[in-house]
Amino acid sequence: MAPILEIKNLYKNYGSLNILKDVNVSIGSGDFLVLVGPSGCGKSTLLNCIAGLEPISGGSIEIAGQDMTHVSPKNRNIAMVFQSYALYPTMTVAKNITFGLKVRGVEKAEQDTKLAEVARQLQIQPLLSRRPAQLSGGQRQRVAMGRALVRDPKLFLFDEPLSNLDAKLRVEMRTEIKKLHQNLGASMVYVTHDQIEAMTLATKIVVMKGGVVQQIGTPAEIYSTPSNLFVADFMGSPAMNLIPAKAKKNGTGYNIVIERAGGEPLVLHDRRIKKLPSNVVVGLRPEDIGDAQYRKGRDLHVSSCKVGVVEPAGADTFVLMSLGGKEVTARLHAETGAIPGKEMKFAFDMKKLSYFDADTGDRLELQ
Amino acid sequence: MTDNIHSASQTSFVAKLALRWGLYILLFLFALFYLMPLFVMVTTSLKSLDEIRTGSLMALPRDVTFEAWSTAWSSACTGIKCEGLRPYFWNSVLLAVPAVLISTMIGAINGYVIAKWRFKGANLIFSLMLFGCFIPFQVVLLPMAQMLGLMGMAGSITGLIFVHVVYGIGFTTLFFRNYYVTIPTELVKAAKVDGAGFFRILWEIILPLSLPIFVVTIIWQFTQIWNDFLFGVSFSQAGTQPVTVALNNIVNSTTGVKEYNVDMASAIIAALPTLFVYIVAGKYFIRGLTAGSVKG
Repeated sequence: MAPILEIKNLYKNYGSLNILKDVNVSIGSGDFLVLVGPSGCGKSTLLNCIAGLEPISGGSIEIAGQDMTHVSPKNRNIAMVFQSYALYPTMTVAKNITFGLKVRGVEKAEQDTKLAEVARQLQIQPLLSRRPAQLSGGQRQRVAMGRALVRDPKLFLFDEPLSNLDAKLRVEMRTEIKKLHQNLGASMVYVTHDQIEAMTLATKIVVMKGGVVQQIGTPAEIYSTPSNLFVADFMGSPAMNLIPAKAKKNGTGYNIVIERAGGEPLVLHDRRIKKLPSNVVVGLRPEDIGDAQYRKGRDLHVSSCKVGVVEPAGADTFVLMSLGGKEVTARLHAETGAIPGKEMKFAFDMKKLSYFDADTGDRLELQ
Repeated sequence: MTDNIHSASQTSFVAKLALRWGLYILLFLFALFYLMPLFVMVTTSLKSLDEIRTGSLMALPRDVTFEAWSTAWSSACTGIKCEGLRPYFWNSVLLAVPAVLISTMIGAINGYVIAKWRFKGANLIFSLMLFGCFIPFQVVLLPMAQMLGLMGMAGSITGLIFVHVVYGIGFTTLFFRNYYVTIPTELVKAAKVDGAGFFRILWEIILPLSLPIFVVTIIWQFTQIWNDFLFGVSFSQAGTQPVTVALNNIVNSTTGVKEYNVDMASAIIAALPTLFVYIVAGKYFIRGLTAGSVKG
């Protein structure tokens, strides 16, 4: 099946300034693509390029098998939800939702049927005669989605739609967008700077930085095998522990030597590795460092470390310690017996270790 | 101790009251001072010539008479003709209404383009228009006279309308552009994705939001054009003079006795429309400001 959206070698310049460099992305029908990155990484610009609101400087954009590179936004068969919702302030909710249909010359009776359907779906029937100024943030959000839904486009575009909502509402709306995606089976492109939003919503994530795509993959791939130090650090909360270390060949595999201030270095033995440069950065998620008392298994390396800070967070307790000159976080059970300043046995999950080149920051493959 | 606090709060209360009343009295005096010329104009226009000659300037009229007003309106002499302000007043209406509407409409479209449909050189064009606001009237008199001659509009009301529209576009564009940059561009983007084009977005999204700036621009333009004397006196001829020029001619016609009451009545008549626009539109102005909040 043809991809619903295919971006090839896309470049975007403002004068001599490169905003997007050689972007290649392709998604299939029903995919939920999330563009994520820090502010200024070009993710919103990329979305505007897909919508046709910004002309592109090079490359091509195909939507549903048709070349849309130079097609105006109204003919791209897309609908968009904006960060500020962009509801037309002088129109009622009903008129806001049907404006696109009216512009396209859809008959009044059909407009009404579609409006009723969308209003039922989003549970905004009581709001239809109100104006945007009389709605709460969450209600405006629903109306903005209604305006997109009513058109039944090939591709939905979302530009940070939840960033203006308070924390509780944001989580609720996130779930609703996910439900909507599941129920409609629609294809969506979604921009956010919130990596948790990206992880929970996406079927496919594009991590961007400085206009360059860093990694494209499923949430699980991005999380467990980040392609470089930037992705490793950006995705996941608390962030992946990135610890400078020395690698030394030792029999079938390598010894990973991590310095510790005022003590013996921590030595991890990884049998999986065939080849590694001597200076590496080791990546390990906080949940892959456990309390040795509760974690048992074959691929665990147990070692005693000095506990620095203990941060209880309800379901988990985060323990900070110093390894290789870095603050390292471990995610432990709430009932852990960690005491600040005391030695404690930790279990390092050797299957989950990632390695990065200390100079380039790129991921080092094990084989 | 408690007595002290009590008396202290009492003195501060008295001080506050005194300050407040002092302020009111001062403002009242200022208002009186500013209203004095108007008072003199209105009372003088309601007196007979005899009474003006014999009575005091500040005195109220003994016998109120509207004779000066009717003379000013329909029979005062401007040079050799004696038909009052009436024909010139209508000249001004015929001039100001289309000139205000056309320049405001063009300003709205210009502002919309410059603020929301960015194109190469938009900033340069806007700067040049802004520059146009600072060109003094006197500089354009001669070239404009030649232009009007070439276009066959010399001495006509159409010519005057043209001059005022051209001169007003700089200001109206500035007003609308500055207002439209405060309207979120996402609105325009959303409408584009919804399938609307240039004029539909203007008509259905932008103009309904523009009442406050329309009122501001109309007040400004109407005041400018109605009160204009220099263009009026330079580019009109006998039958097409606006009311300001006629007023000048009435006041400066020095045949026989100076009729102060007629002069005063004429000046008030000439100033009434701008006063009217302020009173009527000013109300909408405030209402528009409070109701037009875009983001809500």
